[in-house]
Amino acid sequence: MSVQVLDRLSGGEVSVDPTAVAPARPDEELVARLRAGDAEAFGQIVRAWTPVMLHVARAFVSSHASAEETVQETWLALVKGLDTFEGRSSLRTWTFHVLANIARRQGVRESRTVSVAALDGTGGGPTVDGRRFRGSEDQWAGGWRAEAAPRAWGPEASVLSGEIRGLLATALEAVPARQRVVLELRDVAGLDAEEVCGILDMTPVNQRVLLHRARAKVRQQLEDYYTGKNQEQP
Amino acid sequence: MSTADAHSHLPCQTVVELLTDYLEGALDPATCARVEHHLSLCPPCVTYLDQLRTTMELVGRLPADTLPPDALEELDAAFRGFHPPPAGP
Ligand SMILES: [Zn+2]
Repeated sequence: MSVQVLDRLSGGEVSVDPTAVAPARPDEELVARLRAGDAEAFGQIVRAWTPVMLHVARAFVSSHASAEETVQETWLALVKGLDTFEGRSSLRTWTFHVLANIARRQGVRESRTVSVAALDGTGGGPTVDGRRFRGSEDQWAGGWRAEAAPRAWGPEASVLSGEIRGLLATALEAVPARQRVVLELRDVAGLDAEEVCGILDMTPVNQRVLLHRARAKVRQQLEDYYTGKNQEQP
Repeated sequence: MSTADAHSHLPCQTVVELLTDYLEGALDPATCARVEHHLSLCPPCVTYLDQLRTTMELVGRLPADTLPPDALEELDAAFRGFHPPPAGP
């Protein structure tokens, strides 16, 4: 894991000096602190990792409540397993493997016929409505039709109002689960592509396809919202 | 007709499907150059790209989800139970 990721995942509360330590050291130090009963260090990793863990769990189980239970169970497994942790992978990687195992088992128990993590989700047509582009008979085939081209949303679009927060939550719920999980891990939780591929066990190409499809769908919801607003005063 | 160089034509409909690959630095250099050339000439596709970035930025600012307070307290208690700090003086 890169120092940048470690830094981000630590919520900025644990300083990692990239010049001072070899990659394995911060983890050894963390494990040592935890084994020595440093509840503050434990609180820090719980705060930093839990949001990402909830997104991952949600890829396997059927409800938010179930995702919470899965994450809770994972933390308890870490607490109990800390003394036998052998350090062959980083503590974080180990924790996410435990999480994925528990979540997978829980998903089976909930008899999700097909777990989200096993779905493909990369299929489907283009991400932008084909009617917005000029047809094949046109000299500029595949170019935006003048009346359907995207229009700038204006400065208000950079404000995350309560209304936009609600719209985004609804838009994300509507995105197929596997695409949503990738978008949540990349754009909401801020993980890098390599990590997401590792956690969800997918190829970089699939990861990008799912991410693009999810982003395009959410963008479209925002466009519908902002365009609708601008048309209210003709 | 131009050959498949940096200036050969990519339609907007193709460009919009390549933008995440473009942002991820995953396009081969020739395709990347064609996308950049297209963007330099096509304001609507630049707008589309800006809107994808705005989308990423907005979802990135959604509040982080965490466990309910009682679950966090339970974890803290479990940790203290299993890993008591060394006895003080
Ligand atoms: Zn264009």
